[in-house]
Amino acid sequence: MSTAETLLEVEDLVTRYPVPRGFVGAVRREPKLQVHAVEGVTFKVAPGEMLALVGESGCGKTTTAQSVVRMVENDSGSIRFRGQELSGLGPSDMRPLRKDIQMIYQDPYESLDPRFSVRDTIEEPLLIHGVKMSGDDRETKVREAMERAGLTPPDLYIERYPHELSGGQRQRVAIAASLVLDPKLLVADEPVSMLDVSVRAGILRLLDSLRADGMGILMITHDLSTAAHFADRIAVMYLGRIVEEGPAKEVVRNPQHPYTKALISVVPKRDPRQQTEPQILQGETPNPVHVPAGCRFHPRCPIAEERCKQIDPELHRAEASNTDDHRAACIMV
Amino acid sequence: MSAVAQPILRVEDLHIWFDLAGGGELHAVQGVTFELKPGERMGLVGESGCGKTTTILGIMGLLPPSASIAGRIELEGEEILAKGEESIAPHRWNDIAMVFQGAMNAFNPVQRIGDQIAEPMELHGTATGKTAKAQVRELLELVGIAGSRADRYPHEFSGGMRQRAAIALALACQPKVLLADEPTTALDVMVQAQILELLLRLTRDLGLSLILVTHDLPVVAQLCDRAAVMYAGEIVEMGDTQTLYHDPRHPYTRMLFAATPDLLGDDDVLSIPGAPPRLDHEIVGCPFQPRCDSAFEPCPTVHPRRIELGAGREAMCHLNDPTATEAVS
Amino acid sequence: MSLDQPLQSAEGLELGTTPEDAAGLGSGRRPSFIRQAVITQPQAIVGLAVLGFFVLVALVGPALLSQDPKTKVGPVFGHPSAEWPLGLDGGGANMIPLLIAGARVSLEVGFLAALVAMFIGGSVGLASGFFGGRIDTVLMRFTDYILVIPDIPLMVMAAALFGRSLRNIIIIIGIIYWTSTARLIRAQVLSVRERVYVKRSRSLGAGNNRLIFKHILPQVAPLLIANMVLMVALAIFAETFIAFLGLGDPSAISWGKLIENAFTDHAVLNDAWWAILWPGVCVTLVILACTMVGQSMEDALNPRLRVGHLSVNRFRVRVLPRKPPKP
Repeated sequence: MSTAETLLEVEDLVTRYPVPRGFVGAVRREPKLQVHAVEGVTFKVAPGEMLALVGESGCGKTTTAQSVVRMVENDSGSIRFRGQELSGLGPSDMRPLRKDIQMIYQDPYESLDPRFSVRDTIEEPLLIHGVKMSGDDRETKVREAMERAGLTPPDLYIERYPHELSGGQRQRVAIAASLVLDPKLLVADEPVSMLDVSVRAGILRLLDSLRADGMGILMITHDLSTAAHFADRIAVMYLGRIVEEGPAKEVVRNPQHPYTKALISVVPKRDPRQQTEPQILQGETPNPVHVPAGCRFHPRCPIAEERCKQIDPELHRAEASNTDDHRAACIMV
Repeated sequence: MSAVAQPILRVEDLHIWFDLAGGGELHAVQGVTFELKPGERMGLVGESGCGKTTTILGIMGLLPPSASIAGRIELEGEEILAKGEESIAPHRWNDIAMVFQGAMNAFNPVQRIGDQIAEPMELHGTATGKTAKAQVRELLELVGIAGSRADRYPHEFSGGMRQRAAIALALACQPKVLLADEPTTALDVMVQAQILELLLRLTRDLGLSLILVTHDLPVVAQLCDRAAVMYAGEIVEMGDTQTLYHDPRHPYTRMLFAATPDLLGDDDVLSIPGAPPRLDHEIVGCPFQPRCDSAFEPCPTVHPRRIELGAGREAMCHLNDPTATEAVS
Repeated sequence: MSLDQPLQSAEGLELGTTPEDAAGLGSGRRPSFIRQAVITQPQAIVGLAVLGFFVLVALVGPALLSQDPKTKVGPVFGHPSAEWPLGLDGGGANMIPLLIAGARVSLEVGFLAALVAMFIGGSVGLASGFFGGRIDTVLMRFTDYILVIPDIPLMVMAAALFGRSLRNIIIIIGIIYWTSTARLIRAQVLSVRERVYVKRSRSLGAGNNRLIFKHILPQVAPLLIANMVLMVALAIFAETFIAFLGLGDPSAISWGKLIENAFTDHAVLNDAWWAILWPGVCVTLVILACTMVGQSMEDALNPRLRVGHLSVNRFRVRVLPRKPPKP
């Protein structure tokens, strides 16, 4: 891992959404409820490293990503990018930093303006940031970004409109548009979940090559298999907290937290002979509006004890961990 | 399962075309042939555009006016396709039922779940009034939902529960065959596991036969006994799931597995270059050849035959055809 | 090397879009909804033809007239004949030149009033939908107040207070009819605003100007245009109505004025149906044409409203000849 300064450092991030009460609720003075989307999340991303935030729906991974790129205001906690504090920064102060932090979205069919050609889409960031360049220079930059994103030869694609492109190509256009400003950190929200299987590896390998060139990547995904293959580190989230984190292969082969263990047991494997005995948890993830007291996972946990209802565990190195940086938030391990 | 069990569903040389606005047709399904035995779980695997959903919609007779269909569909030995809607309609839901893609979002938000599940019973005359209500409760319990929740509205159910309710809806008239189109695609992995376990239990306890349409190979590996891999409207390989993984005979099958990351494996994940062919004109040679890593002499010009490789095992690839490989060497 | 080519398979069908999308491949052409509307609906062609005819008459016609259309050329309420195919009005003037002049005025007022309504409604809807919050609340309340005012008494009052010129009529119609447009545009803007590509631009640091004028407005413009065409129909009817009530510009000849004239000249008593019918027919035809065009444009913008995939099960069964086994 690179020893350069940490690219992104998030500490005790808390982001909540108010639940609208409606008129009737306000009149009846119902308590104001909040969705506890992110409840104290801490992690780092170094240059040349890919961290995967993994979890099921409602765990807060998407909100975390949105807080990092400041699409959503966090309630408390710190977000430091190359040492500079982002939390609380106003829009005009944030603007120059937006060149360095880019986001890739899940839906390739919606992330491109249908009325913009490929060139228009990729050129737009340059125009927004008023980078002083001639039209020719911009054209060169656009083509460079397209080559980097695998859209070669650029002439074949540059005049096209989104409806003339496949899902994989659209995602590459979105990636090219984010590369054109030479970002340092890429936040990818489920970058391949809406693409065909045969196309996914291409996009993921592109992200991997960007990482190899020194970019830091924060990848949000629900797919543990993808995370295990492409990420350096995995952080498993549940109800707004990280419950386990560590090197990708280590977390997947030697899971410590009961939630992670259960998840890994139910992920179907390719080989019909190698299916693990699925440890299927009852019910579904509880509503992030009403977070259980004590350990958030205790109502569904197969090994929960009485004290789990009172203690909210911190991340610590588990006894059976193979490395120091493999930590789990469970008092039983 | 006895070795001489009659197939409950037999599809032979099924073709489906769609009329295109500017003239011409799209040949979406091109000669699909397979059998389904009672109590069997079969996977129909492929990527978007391969024709898997169109195939099962064709079996249900749920095609739009722009579609035309040809071939044979036999349900328990009885031909049901010959007269189109007239001959399929009596079997729809009574004998073959379907869980549609995104069914969990297709419930009427202003009608109670129980009423919606009772609707096919009333429409098909299998039960009415109190009997229907009782059967609805039984069905809900069968799929793992408390019977008392029949009086609730869809928005009071979570995604996983609505998917179970969609399965209950499909089982309303006690069909023999269940067609499930991407039943777990939009669900969390834990909920997916619950639904897959439910489908397994239903096939075992009720003797239900299942066709699972999906793009997710590991899901098929976990739940199904057999699978058919579809590409460009055709079945390119078929066999039991174990052999399919350990000894694939079609390059597409092999490459598809290679493109699927395995949780615990270390293999590189590959992508398949290119894209599926257009289906609005006739394809010369093998449809997969432009993207195949093992294409050889006959592939661009001669369409491969279906080669039988043993009981229920087949592949549509020249590499398996002794006459083709001989001719080259 | 891991490149994919454009979508060329039956994917569109499986995902519920049309086969046209799946098989078609443009070459650098922007998606155009006008072409869609015209190609898929014959009513659009008919509507455009009729509208085109009247627009041509309105533009070119008056220049071809050799004299003032109100000139008396024959007896009062002269019957339709070979010389005057559409008859003469209550002042003995030929109906045809009157109708031509009327076309110019009616269409002009109609288009300009629709333009005013479009402008006000579009701006209000855009601002309301884009900014949301307090601005939205204030603007929408204001819209509601305007909506509630009965249009005809307002028009009567305005005509009485501000005088009866064409310019005033245009403004009055525009001010009364912008509200439905505002609502429509606001709804559309609200949905476009949430699209991922708008959020993406915003997260890149795009300012409001860029978001509104480069991303949202182009997306909303087709609906605005479709709505404007329908608004023209409404405006022409409103003008006709105002003129018919005698509140129109006394010096301008519009179709409504012609009808009003016919009534004040006692056309009914004289059985001079042609003095009333032809202007009425013209107004009806133009309104119908606008409605047909506007409606098909709106339909083209809502492809999902077309026939559903599972609604009518009338697929066809073919019998394939048994093919000989492949060699």
